[in-house]
Amino acid sequence: MPARFLAAVASAALLAALATPRAARAATVAVACGSVGAELELCRTGAEAWARKTGNRVEVVSVPKDSNEQLALYQQLLASRSSRIDVLRIDVVWPGLLASHLADMGKAVPREVVARHFPAVVEASTVRGKLVALPAFTDVGLLYYRKDLLEKYGRGVPDTWQELADTARAIQDGERKAGNERMWGFVFQGRAYEGLTCNALEWIDSFGGGTIVDAAGKVTVDNPRAVAALQLASSWVRTISPEGVLNYAEEEARGAFQSGNAVFMRNWPYAWALSQGAGSPVKGKVGVAPLPRGGAGGKHAGTLGGWQWAVSRYSRSTREAVDLATYLASPGEQKRAALEASFNPTIPALYRDPDILARNPFVGDLLSVFTSAVARPSRATGARYNQVSAAFWNAVHDSLAGTTPAAESLARLRKTLERIGRNGRW
Amino acid sequence: MRLTRQRRRAALLFVLPMLLVLAAVAGWPLARTVWFGFTDASLSSTEGYRLVGLDNFRALATDPAWWRAVWNTVRFAAVSVALETVLGTAVALTLDAPLRARGLLRASVLVPWAIPTVVSAQMWSWMYNDLYGVVNHVLLALGIVDHPLAFTASPSLALPALIAVDVWKTTPFMALLVLAALQLVPRDLHEAARIDGAGAPWVFWRVTLPLIRPALLVAVVFRTLDALRIFDLPYVLTGNSQATATMAVFARQQLVDFQDVGRGSAASTFLFAVVAVLAAVYVTAGRVRLAAGERRG
Repeated sequence: MPARFLAAVASAALLAALATPRAARAATVAVACGSVGAELELCRTGAEAWARKTGNRVEVVSVPKDSNEQLALYQQLLASRSSRIDVLRIDVVWPGLLASHLADMGKAVPREVVARHFPAVVEASTVRGKLVALPAFTDVGLLYYRKDLLEKYGRGVPDTWQELADTARAIQDGERKAGNERMWGFVFQGRAYEGLTCNALEWIDSFGGGTIVDAAGKVTVDNPRAVAALQLASSWVRTISPEGVLNYAEEEARGAFQSGNAVFMRNWPYAWALSQGAGSPVKGKVGVAPLPRGGAGGKHAGTLGGWQWAVSRYSRSTREAVDLATYLASPGEQKRAALEASFNPTIPALYRDPDILARNPFVGDLLSVFTSAVARPSRATGARYNQVSAAFWNAVHDSLAGTTPAAESLARLRKTLERIGRNGRW
Repeated sequence: MRLTRQRRRAALLFVLPMLLVLAAVAGWPLARTVWFGFTDASLSSTEGYRLVGLDNFRALATDPAWWRAVWNTVRFAAVSVALETVLGTAVALTLDAPLRARGLLRASVLVPWAIPTVVSAQMWSWMYNDLYGVVNHVLLALGIVDHPLAFTASPSLALPALIAVDVWKTTPFMALLVLAALQLVPRDLHEAARIDGAGAPWVFWRVTLPLIRPALLVAVVFRTLDALRIFDLPYVLTGNSQATATMAVFARQQLVDFQDVGRGSAASTFLFAVVAVLAAVYVTAGRVRLAAGERRG
């Protein structure tokens, strides 16, 4: 009640402020963007362009870097029915958690506009027949490598994780002998948070160890292949990866790689544009490949990420908010995001766009990686996805830190997940 | 007789507004938290919940992550308060000595205490960084370590690193409280002891310490209760990592990340109970010891 009262007072004040004759019909739309890498700037310029075009006003709300904390913030705001945010950018795993607070855009947005995007991404944004978000860009885990160092040591791009470890070790030792004390072989996202869930899912899936919980809701994570994958990953820490990786998120990993202190890095596509930016010490020395396979019988696996534009149900200017979301998801904005920040479009036609291919040459080669990415089990686990993910990243973190052996950690995880999932009912 | 009753009534009248405010801002939220602990409420809709009895508390009791958080909190509180008490007393004794720039010194000692915890925690997280952190730089330059340490990532270093930041931040608070007590110790007692031929350590143990003990006890109580509720430091430095998660971090994760108001409220209630029981024990023990001291005196 007090929240609603305060919101009413605030919007009354806002209306009074806006009640000048000229701006009488313009709405102010508050948009919450991300804040990793270039995304805040990109979102701000996009939203401002829309404002100029339509004569409305936008207010960019800054949010925490960590995606878990963004979600917590949105959940708090939405649970209190706050109208402080109109348009928000949500992760591909959140629609199930937030759907009840989001506006249905299915009626307002023409069907052919929705049909431009990858069907899988549209499907992920549809909850119980309600279209709750429009795709902004799609993400997948990629392997970044130092072209110059691989050449210098006569090594190829690794095809399996085992090869990656060997190559990383050899180059790391060689570079350290040559005087670069801070060189490490491989950096990734090892902090106990959602990013570790994405990383570990890639290891396990590349070994054919499944996706933690299968589509039917059965807990599958406690299997020999998953154990083998986790054992291998645990052997990297303190050998080819710094111990600090246990507290690295995306930006810390990028910091190590971009300052020239790592041979390989696992990260999202956004890191490409930044590594090629002016002032980047590794500009022109970076290559991108699919993540390695888990042994000769494994497959390349990248976790599906990506973000969508959603509109809050409690917005006081829903029409304008939906219009802004549609604008931000349009081919023009997606192309600009691809060129300026190497965000991958969700519109297949853009994968043949000559400008994008010239700027991000890996996009064309990796189209199959983007379309075959492995999804986190957010649909099977519904509202309990957050608990599943936290239990999973904690189990993986314990194994990486060396406090619990991989097999024991995953066996314990299975019990925890079965308890959370009430034996498959979720 | 009538006068005292009148005065008592007047006093009650004066205190009443304060009691009402306290009931509104402390009593009501506390009661609601305890109540939610017995329900299956969810943050996405706090309407439409039902009573589930002791289910949340039972689930908590069998959750190893919760007991790990309890253990982390207890270790954190015990070690940090012990260090802060010893160091704070030492700093206070130094500041109590007649130095020239005493006022300036006292003010500057308070700087860590004055910085908001979130800010100093973020500052320390950069200083602790394994690749560019200044702490590693200094340790390497001094030859104390031969490779950079990952303070916030290593499971064995993370909790000590947190404790170190807390000690850095809160020692000034302890020092200030002890200093206030020291200044109430009559100087002639020290003089008399010294004339009797007592050395400085003896004077401290036998004269100063007994006299400042009540104030010291209050300071320790404050700090312990504060340390048990610690949230911002572990959350900023290590996030939800189980190696350092305290009871408050655990409760937040249940409440906010998992939207499980029932389980989160149960955890908060337990945390409140621990703090309340400890406060009661401290106060009673303190009173008993003080009374015993008076009798002996």
